[in-house]
Amino acid sequence: MSENTLYDKVWERHKVTTLPNGQDQLFIGLHLVHEVTSPQAFSMLEERGMDVTFPDQTFATTDHIAPTTPSGRERPLEDDAAEKMLSALERNVDEAGLTFFGLGSGKQGITHVVAPELGLSQPGMTVACGDSHTATHGAFGAIGVGIGTSQIRDVFATGCIAADKQQVRRINVEGTLGAGVFAKDIILQIIKELGVDGGVGHVYEYGGPTIDRLDMEGRLAICNMSIEGGARAGYINPDETTFDYLRSREYAPTGAAWDVALEHWNAISSDADARYDDEVTIDVDDIAPLVTWGINPGQVVEITEPVPDSAEMTARTEREAAEQAYSHMDVEPGQTMEGYPVDVAFLGTCTNGRVTDFREAAAILQGRSVAESVRALAVPGSQTVKTRCEAEGLDKTFIDAGFEWREAGCSMCLAMNGDELEGEEVCASSSNRNFVGRQGSKEGRTVLMSPAMVAAAAVRGSLTDVRRMDRGEPVQQDADVTGEEAAD
Amino acid sequence: MSEQRIAQVGGTAVPIPGDDVDTDQILPARFLKEVTFERMNEYLFYDARRDEDGALGAHPIDSYEGASIAVVNSNFGCGSSREHAPQAMMRWGIDGIVGESYAEIFRDNCKSLGIPAVTTDHEAVEALQRWIEQHPTGEVHIDVREATVEYGETTLDVEIDHAMREALLDGIWDTTQLMYSNLSKVERTATNLPYVGGFDSAD
Repeated sequence: MSENTLYDKVWERHKVTTLPNGQDQLFIGLHLVHEVTSPQAFSMLEERGMDVTFPDQTFATTDHIAPTTPSGRERPLEDDAAEKMLSALERNVDEAGLTFFGLGSGKQGITHVVAPELGLSQPGMTVACGDSHTATHGAFGAIGVGIGTSQIRDVFATGCIAADKQQVRRINVEGTLGAGVFAKDIILQIIKELGVDGGVGHVYEYGGPTIDRLDMEGRLAICNMSIEGGARAGYINPDETTFDYLRSREYAPTGAAWDVALEHWNAISSDADARYDDEVTIDVDDIAPLVTWGINPGQVVEITEPVPDSAEMTARTEREAAEQAYSHMDVEPGQTMEGYPVDVAFLGTCTNGRVTDFREAAAILQGRSVAESVRALAVPGSQTVKTRCEAEGLDKTFIDAGFEWREAGCSMCLAMNGDELEGEEVCASSSNRNFVGRQGSKEGRTVLMSPAMVAAAAVRGSLTDVRRMDRGEPVQQDADVTGEEAAD
Repeated sequence: MSEQRIAQVGGTAVPIPGDDVDTDQILPARFLKEVTFERMNEYLFYDARRDEDGALGAHPIDSYEGASIAVVNSNFGCGSSREHAPQAMMRWGIDGIVGESYAEIFRDNCKSLGIPAVTTDHEAVEALQRWIEQHPTGEVHIDVREATVEYGETTLDVEIDHAMREALLDGIWDTTQLMYSNLSKVERTATNLPYVGGFDSAD
């Protein structure tokens, strides 16, 4: 068993008691709520005559069904089902007295973009949300877990979940990223090496020199996709980068409380002599940009590397998955993904919908145009991200290049809001899942990659190595990503 | 709230072959746009069940109507946290699952719903899937207490997660009331967490 890791310390501090079935009752310090997985939980609560016990630890927004065109957001929403979900959420949060970042709040967006940028997600917390990408908040040195609706009911009623402690796998990431290679490529490389179910039963602790050098938005992208590697949670020990990001954010502590917080945050990190259940090293020195070639996030190649041949795969499961993928994606083993034609370019999501993501994509789009055959969408992860990008003039770069500059939400990541693929369209996507049907068409095809690679594919109309494209001057240089405006 | 103890489930079975069957296949996202779980059974494997012209028939779900036990392969239920996926299976008629392995959130959701999800190795799962194909009206029984699966003349030893087994046998798979009874302890834990009080330095 692991000892003295951040995970052990956070678990110990949040453990209420051991339940008769051997699970621990774990207190949840931050509960994030959205419209899709919560209405049934609110109904269950009502049936039992129970209330939300810790309303101050609970925050809600709307993301999955949020329309991304200005006219689409007029109420009532055009889609009856979406309107019903949003109204139910509004009624529920009102009755329970929860803070709600609604469409008109200026702070609405994807839960996993909103909570970090408002300073709600902090080191040493437990975070739960009815969404598997709750692992994202681990970037702060928190333990974020995705939960089902019955567990949401548990958190509403008791502030707790019943949980089994997992094993901790330390993932040391070493090597220097070249130009055109990003945090997204690191997590795709990790899933490529450890597999889509490699993390089952584990929490991932990401560390090492390459992780230490990443900014918070890169760290968020990495922790976000822990679940794609099978790990329910993934985290990074907090450091100066974390603290600098948090300082002066709306919900971050201030004054004397900040100093108290720092002390706690420093104490929560894994000790130098911490014991892990498992340790692996991933070398990302000189990796090329990565893209998926198949129908799960572990089917990944460097853009310069041929699609693997199922005949050379030893594991039966891997072979079968590859054969399904060749047929769905219409790819041939032995070929690279370079030149694979693209119909749609999609930028955004809880993985890559933050300001730095749009900056990197804009740097590629500067002075270029989206290929005529490509439909291109840029969907900020939150209204805060959108405002910030617009303040930098990034929206103009996207619009001039031929992108649609949309309103905040989950959008085409899972196609619940009307933004979706049609027929066999291929989407170059900065999202996190390439499952069949995920983007709204069962024949549709998703290729996962970094935002810069999405921009490059949009321009060329096919997958291309972004390193071969000159990078335009960033519109506005600004070392501090989103720090100072957070106090607005 | 007292709940049903679940020691045994069984009936005819449906093989759902394939590894990494994700929640987007089990319950496509566009059907999440409902505020209740009531109709989820209608959307189970919605896309996978239909051919290009929208005709049903190719998926085992349609050939094994009335089945109570699903037999699946590895990493079943990976992807999103949507409880809609096991809800859809349960409302379609599934009372228990035998598989090689499950994604964790999916397994937790099964536990919340009182659906035993047991595991065994690949060979045993394949043998069971073949047996069902040959005996579509044959019954498969999961014994939670003994951790066995019985079909035909065969009794298989299977694994069942300890917490799930205890919760099902004790009838406390719905943990809300149980955890609520510890509320004073919860409040103590919360008070001891510096961030819950906003890092009030007076603590």
